[in-house]
Amino acid sequence: MRTLILCMVLLLGALPAGAVEPRERLADPALEARARTISGELRCLVCQNESIDESGADLAHDIRILVRERLTAGDTDAQTIQAVVNRYGAFVLLKPPVEPATYVLWFGPPTLVLAGLVGTAIWLHRRQAAPADTAPLTSDESRRLAGLLRDNEG
Amino acid sequence: MKRIVYLLPLALFFVLVGYFLISLRPGHDTHELPSAMLQKPAPSFDLADLGDDNKLALAGLKGHPVIVNFFASWCVPCRIEHPLLMRLSQQDHLPLYGVAYKDKPEDAARLLATYGDPFRQVGLDQDGRVGLDFGVYGVPETYVIDANGIIRKRFVGPLTAEAVEKDLMPLLKQLEPSS
Amino acid sequence: MITELGHFALILALFVAIIQSTIPLIGAARRHIGWMAVGRSCALIGFGLTALAMLSLMHAYVTSDFTVINVIQNSHTDKPLLYKITGVWGNHEGSMLLWVFMLSLCAAAVALFSSNLPPALRARVLAVQGMIAVGFMLFILLTSNPFLRTFPPAPNGQGLNPVLQDPGLAFHPPFLYLGYVGFSVAFAFAVAALIEGRVDAAWARWVRPWTLASWCALTIGIAMGSWWAYYTLGWGGWWFWDPVENASFMPWLVGTALIHSSIVVEKRDTLKSWTILLAIITFSLSLVGTFLVRSGVLTSVHAFATDPERGMFILLLLVTAIGGSLTLYAVRAPSLQGGGLFAPISREGSLVLNNLLLSCGCATVFIGTLYPLFLDAMGGPKLSVGFPFFNRSFVPMMVPMIVAAGIGPMLAWKRGDLLGALQRLWVAYIATALVLLVTFYLTYGGPVMAVLGLGLAAWLFTAVLTELADRVRLFRIPLADSWRRAVNLPRASYGMSVAHLGLAVSVAGFAASPFAQEAIEILKPGGAIHIAGYEITLEHVDRLPGPNYVADDATIRVTSGGSLVTVMHPERRYFQLQNQTTGETAIRTNLLADLYVALGDADTKGDWTVRVYWKPLVPWIWLGAVIMAFGGMVSLSDRRWRVGVAARASRRVSQPVAAAGE
Repeated sequence: MRTLILCMVLLLGALPAGAVEPRERLADPALEARARTISGELRCLVCQNESIDESGADLAHDIRILVRERLTAGDTDAQTIQAVVNRYGAFVLLKPPVEPATYVLWFGPPTLVLAGLVGTAIWLHRRQAAPADTAPLTSDESRRLAGLLRDNEG
Repeated sequence: MKRIVYLLPLALFFVLVGYFLISLRPGHDTHELPSAMLQKPAPSFDLADLGDDNKLALAGLKGHPVIVNFFASWCVPCRIEHPLLMRLSQQDHLPLYGVAYKDKPEDAARLLATYGDPFRQVGLDQDGRVGLDFGVYGVPETYVIDANGIIRKRFVGPLTAEAVEKDLMPLLKQLEPSS
Repeated sequence: MITELGHFALILALFVAIIQSTIPLIGAARRHIGWMAVGRSCALIGFGLTALAMLSLMHAYVTSDFTVINVIQNSHTDKPLLYKITGVWGNHEGSMLLWVFMLSLCAAAVALFSSNLPPALRARVLAVQGMIAVGFMLFILLTSNPFLRTFPPAPNGQGLNPVLQDPGLAFHPPFLYLGYVGFSVAFAFAVAALIEGRVDAAWARWVRPWTLASWCALTIGIAMGSWWAYYTLGWGGWWFWDPVENASFMPWLVGTALIHSSIVVEKRDTLKSWTILLAIITFSLSLVGTFLVRSGVLTSVHAFATDPERGMFILLLLVTAIGGSLTLYAVRAPSLQGGGLFAPISREGSLVLNNLLLSCGCATVFIGTLYPLFLDAMGGPKLSVGFPFFNRSFVPMMVPMIVAAGIGPMLAWKRGDLLGALQRLWVAYIATALVLLVTFYLTYGGPVMAVLGLGLAAWLFTAVLTELADRVRLFRIPLADSWRRAVNLPRASYGMSVAHLGLAVSVAGFAASPFAQEAIEILKPGGAIHIAGYEITLEHVDRLPGPNYVADDATIRVTSGGSLVTVMHPERRYFQLQNQTTGETAIRTNLLADLYVALGDADTKGDWTVRVYWKPLVPWIWLGAVIMAFGGMVSLSDRRWRVGVAARASRRVSQPVAAAGE
C-alpha cells in the first residue's frame, strides 16, 4: 500500500541528486532548475569525475555561484556555460563538444557497430557460399540413392 | 586479406603502446590543466591592498610585464615556493604581485611578516572572485602578464627553480627586451 | 624476521615461477611426461610460497611492525583490526602482492582440478601462467617491494585513508582481483591452444568453468565497488564512468562475450579464432587496467600513488604479454579450421550479435576512457570525457542486446524459426506493455527514457521465464511431465536463465534512477523534511568517540502517516590523524526503494544541513548483480563440467564387464 502511495508521489517530478547547499539556491524555481541542469554538465576540477552539482568542494561551490549569477543576470544557458569555459577551458565540460578533434570519439562507436555488422554479414555470406563445391548427384547416383532408401523403408 | 585481418589486433595494440609511451615521457604531467586564458586579456580586477590604502588594480599594472602569484596562508605548497619567490624578488628584482586567495587579511599579513614579503603589492581576494575570473583551480598559481595585459603563461603548483630557469626567465626576456 | 621470511618466500616463488614457465613448455614440445608434470608441482609450491609472503605481510600489519615501510605508510596502532588486515591491499605494493597471490591461487587451482586435461595442454597452460607470474613478481621485487625495512622504527604509522576504512571496500579488491586474475586462466588456455594449433569443443568445455568463475568474481567485485560508492559518497551516485571503474568494466564486458562465444565453439565447433582472440583481449584489458591505475597517465580518484618508472615497467609487461600473444594469434589463428555453418537467424546468430554489441560496447568505453590521453599525446586540446558521452554512446548499444537476450534462447541451433519464437513470446509482450503503460501513467510528465528502460527490464524478465516454460512445455503436456523435464534440465541452462533474470533486475534498477527525489534543507534540532510520503525529523546530534575518530551522530526519526518507520543515524566522522572528515550515510531500504540520509556541515548557529534522497529500485542494481553471479555459479555446478566424473564412471562400468568376461 505504501509503495503504491510512493509511486503516486512520483507525480511530483524528479530532481537529480546533488551537494547544492540550501543557501545557494535561487528564489526563482525555473532559474534554479536551469542552474541545476547546467551544474550537472560541468566538471568539478579538483575532484575526480564529479560534476559541480554533486561535489562538495570549495571550487565547485564557487562555480555554482557563478552559474547562478550569470543566469540571474539574464544569460542564456549557452552563455552561462561559455562563461565557465572561458575561464577553465573545454576541459570543464563533461560532455566533450562535437568538433573535428572529437569526431573519432563521437562517431567512432556507431561506426564500429556498423563495421561489425557489415563484417559479420560478409563473413557469414562467404561461409554459406563456400561448400557449394560438392557436385550435384548424377542421374545414376540419384537412382541408386532412391533404391537404397526404398530398401530401408521395407 | 585474411592475414591482414589477423594482424589488426596486434597493430592496434602497438598504436596504443605508442600513446602510452608518449604519456609517460618525463616532465609531462597529465594532470595539469593548461590555462584557458592564455593569449587572452587578463580579467580586470580592483582589489583592496593588504596594509596600506592603495588598491591593486590591473589597470595600474599595465605598461610592463608582471608576475601575479595567487597564494594563501592555509596553502602548504605555497610555503614551499616562498623562498624561491623571495629570491626572485630580492635578487632578480622581478615584478611580483601577490593575490591572497580566500584568505583572511590578518592571516595573509602574518604569513608575509613571518616568512618575508616578496611582493610589490598584495591584493585581497577574500571571496575568490578574482581567482575564479582568472581560472584558478588551486593555489599556488603564478601568471605572467605582459605589458598590454595579456596573460602569457600560467604555472600551476609551486614554482620550481627549474621552471624559473627554463620557462619564466626566457619568457620575461622575450617580453621586455629593453630591461 | 617474519617479514624477511615473506620476502624470501617471494623471491623463491619467482624462481619457481621461472621453472614453471620453461620446463613444462619444453616438456610439452618434446612429449616428455616428467617435464610436463613439473608444471603442476611448481604451481602448487608457488602457491604455498606466495601465501607465505601474503601472510607475513599481514602479520607485519597486525602486529603494527613499524620497521616495515609499507606498514608505516598505511597503518596505525589505533586502526581497527579488520582494517589492519584488509589494509594490506589498500595500497599499491600490498595490492600487487594480492595480485600475485591470486595468480598463484589460480595456477594451483588449474594444477589441482585439471586431471581431465591432456598433459601437454595442462603443461602449456601452467607455463603461460608461470610467465605472467614471473613478470609480476619481478615488478614487485624490483619496483614495488612491500617488505622493505627502515631503522629506527617509526613511532607510529600514517594510517589508512579514512575513506577506505569500510567493510564493503575492504573486501572489494579480493573479489575484483580474483576476477581480473582469473581471466589469466582463459588467456593461458588460449595461448596454449594457439601453440598446439588446435581449438575444439573439448577445449571450450575445459575453459568455460574457469571463465565463469572469474566472471562471477568480477561481477561481485564491481557490484561491491559500486555499492560502496553509493553509501559512502553522500549523494547516492553509484557509477561515475571513472577511468578505474571503466578499467574493471571492460574486462567484464568482453568476459561476458567470451562466455557466450565459447558456448558456440563447444556446441557448433565454430567462431574459434574469435573466441581465442576474446580470451586474449579479456586478460589484456585486465593488464591495461593495471597500467592505467598505477602509472599516472589518467586522473582518477582510485589511482594509487603514481610513478612513471613503475608505469614503464608495467608497459614492458604489457608489450611482452599482450604483444607476444597477439603475435602468436596473427601467426597461428588463420590455420584454425572453422566448422559448423549456421544461418544468420539462429542461436549462433544471436550469440554473434551478443558478441558484436558487447565488444563494441567495450570499445566505446575504451575510446571514451582513453580519448583525453590520445588527444593530449597528439598535442590536441585538453578535453575531458564524462558521463554524457558514455550514456549516449554505450547505452543505446546495450538496448538491442537486451532485447535479443530474450529472443535468442528461444531460437534453435543452426537455423532458427524467428517467427515461431516471436509468437511464443506473447506473454512477454503483454507484460512489457502493461509495465510501460502503468509506469507511464504514474510518472506522466517525467522522464520517458526511464519508462522505456523499465519496459525493457520487464521484457527480458518475462522472456526468460517464457523460455523456461517453453522448454518444459508448460501447460502443453501434463504438469507431472513438465516437472520431470524441469528437474532433468542441465544446470547450465538454469544458470543462463538465472543470470539473464539478474540482468533484467539490474536494468530495472538502472532505469528507475531518474525517478529519484531529493530534499536538502538546513534543520534545527526538531526540524523536519518531507519527501516521498515520509517525514524526516532531526531529533538531536550527539558527539560520540570512535576508535580513531570523533563523530557527530545525528538521530533521525522517520515517520510515515504518523507511525514510526525507523530511526536512522547518519554521522560525520573526523579523523584526527589525517585531519580528514568523512560522512557515514544512513540508508533504510525495503528492497524496493532506499531512503538515504546524509549529514552535512553544521553552521555557526548549530543548525545542520541534512540531505535526504528517495531512490526507487536502486537496491535492484546490486541485487541483480548478485543474481547474475549466482546464475554463473549455478552454471558452474553443472556436472558436465566434471568430466572427471564421467571418466571415473565409465571405468567403473568397464570393470564388472571384464570380470564377467573371465
